[in-house]
Amino acid sequence: MSTSFAIETVGLNHRFGSQTVVKDLSLQVPKGSIYGFLGPNGAGKTTTIKILLNLLRSSSDTVFIFGKELNSNRTACLSQMGSLVEQPAIYAHLTGKENLINRCILLGISKHRATEMLALVGLTDAANKKAGKYSLGMKQRLGIALALIADPELLLLDEPTNGLDPNGIIEVRNLMMELVSKHGKTILVSSHLLAEIERTATHVGIINKGALLFQGNINELHDLSKPVIKVEVDDSGAATNILSTAGAEIVSSDEGLVKIAYTGKAEMGKYNTLLVNSGVTVYAIHTEKKDLEHLFLDITSKN
Amino acid sequence: MRSFYISFVSEFYKSRKTLAFWAAIVLPLIICGLIAFGYYSNSDRVLKYNYPGMMLWFQYSSAALGVMGMLILPFYVMFMAFSVNNIEHKNDTWKTLFSQPLNKFSIYAAKYAYAVALLFICLVLFALLTYTSGYLLQAMVPKYTFNDYNPAVILSRLYGKLFFASLGILSLQFIFSLIWSDFLKPMGIGFVFTIMGIITANVGWKHAYLIPYSDPALALKLTKASKNANPEDLPIFTQEVWVSIAYGIALFIAGYFILAKRNIK
Repeated sequence: MSTSFAIETVGLNHRFGSQTVVKDLSLQVPKGSIYGFLGPNGAGKTTTIKILLNLLRSSSDTVFIFGKELNSNRTACLSQMGSLVEQPAIYAHLTGKENLINRCILLGISKHRATEMLALVGLTDAANKKAGKYSLGMKQRLGIALALIADPELLLLDEPTNGLDPNGIIEVRNLMMELVSKHGKTILVSSHLLAEIERTATHVGIINKGALLFQGNINELHDLSKPVIKVEVDDSGAATNILSTAGAEIVSSDEGLVKIAYTGKAEMGKYNTLLVNSGVTVYAIHTEKKDLEHLFLDITSKN
Repeated sequence: MRSFYISFVSEFYKSRKTLAFWAAIVLPLIICGLIAFGYYSNSDRVLKYNYPGMMLWFQYSSAALGVMGMLILPFYVMFMAFSVNNIEHKNDTWKTLFSQPLNKFSIYAAKYAYAVALLFICLVLFALLTYTSGYLLQAMVPKYTFNDYNPAVILSRLYGKLFFASLGILSLQFIFSLIWSDFLKPMGIGFVFTIMGIITANVGWKHAYLIPYSDPALALKLTKASKNANPEDLPIFTQEVWVSIAYGIALFIAGYFILAKRNIK
């Protein structure tokens, strides 16, 4: 398996009883990337993350972490990963600091890391408060601190900004970018909000109903959302012929509506004149740029 | 081995402020304290019987042993097996525990060993507190004859027997609590089995020793029957103790396979 990927899955499947929750999933998360793992609720994101952590069983030779097969190298793979899955799992009867110290014990690392992590996520003042009494946002921060405490190469963050206020969201976003740019880490971050991922992710995978619908870098995703010219006409057949002869790239052609790729204002005027001169009645002509949010909805509603 | 050790240390760290841990210390303190108080405040009535040293120790220690073997010990074991696992169920932390770079068996074995250690601490404290409170009573009520006999050997043998005889229940309850996150299932099943164990042990059913829940009661019952023999020769590894140890080991291994095959939610 290629070692240029931090995570690689090959035809991964997972079922809960008779229901297939992950279908033939082939993720490729390049090293040093922030991989936005997108999908609506119930798409299979958390299940996939749990498989990557070996919490849910997977067949052999389907999951590779830094080129190593997960099932046969479980401990070695896990030692390179930090994770935050669903709601942060913290011991409510222990304080924030004790939760971190407990993790230090389990990882065999210095307990000083606990204090550093508290400062990093801004919980120093609440260090000695019972974690059960934390607000959702504070729990989330503690969860992130727990994921980061071992300084792992690869971070799996399942909706890390859940419950955070706008300030907290920005902090997490900046933290992720810093971890990748300054420390060369790889982050897989799941979300159901594209807008949130768009600002940080270098790569994106879109999943729905367990199947991967799109995977590529963020520019490739933007390319999918190139603007189009919508032309409302009386005879779409004739309009399509005229426009394609003139060299326009036809995106779609329905009754009364032709969509062509937008290449510039001048061309748009030229096409309009051409149609009118050829006897086609043009009711309306305008550009439409699909934002990523709509694109995401389009992609996920297609399957 | 290192992952077993750090998992064990973490188990202690996690539970040191919970009832799971403190029950092992508080339970013997309360029971032995109450018995000692009874022997102190009702010393006139006890003194009437003029027990020789060994008999007095026998009466005194069986006050704790009787309730322990029959009822409290099985329930304490159930409660402990439950609380050691419940700390993860309640906080939804199984997923984090098993996503640490530690071998699954070490995590499981450390949890089990921690439960065994708590049981051990609890029973050692019972023996120790019975022993020291006896001598304390002697100091406060000089007419007592506790000084005439040293019960160290017999107490350690009795509690040693109880310890081994409860390993079967511990392993079984440990599996129940591992599988089910709620309190009622393991406790309900344990309760029914305990009652069944007590009945079968008391009516002297010849196969009672095969039920782990009968073993602590049986271990002490035989003791009473053989009280005419030299009590210091009391054998620890009797049939029901072996059965309990065998259940303990077999179910401990089975528990691991159940865990290894399961998906962690």
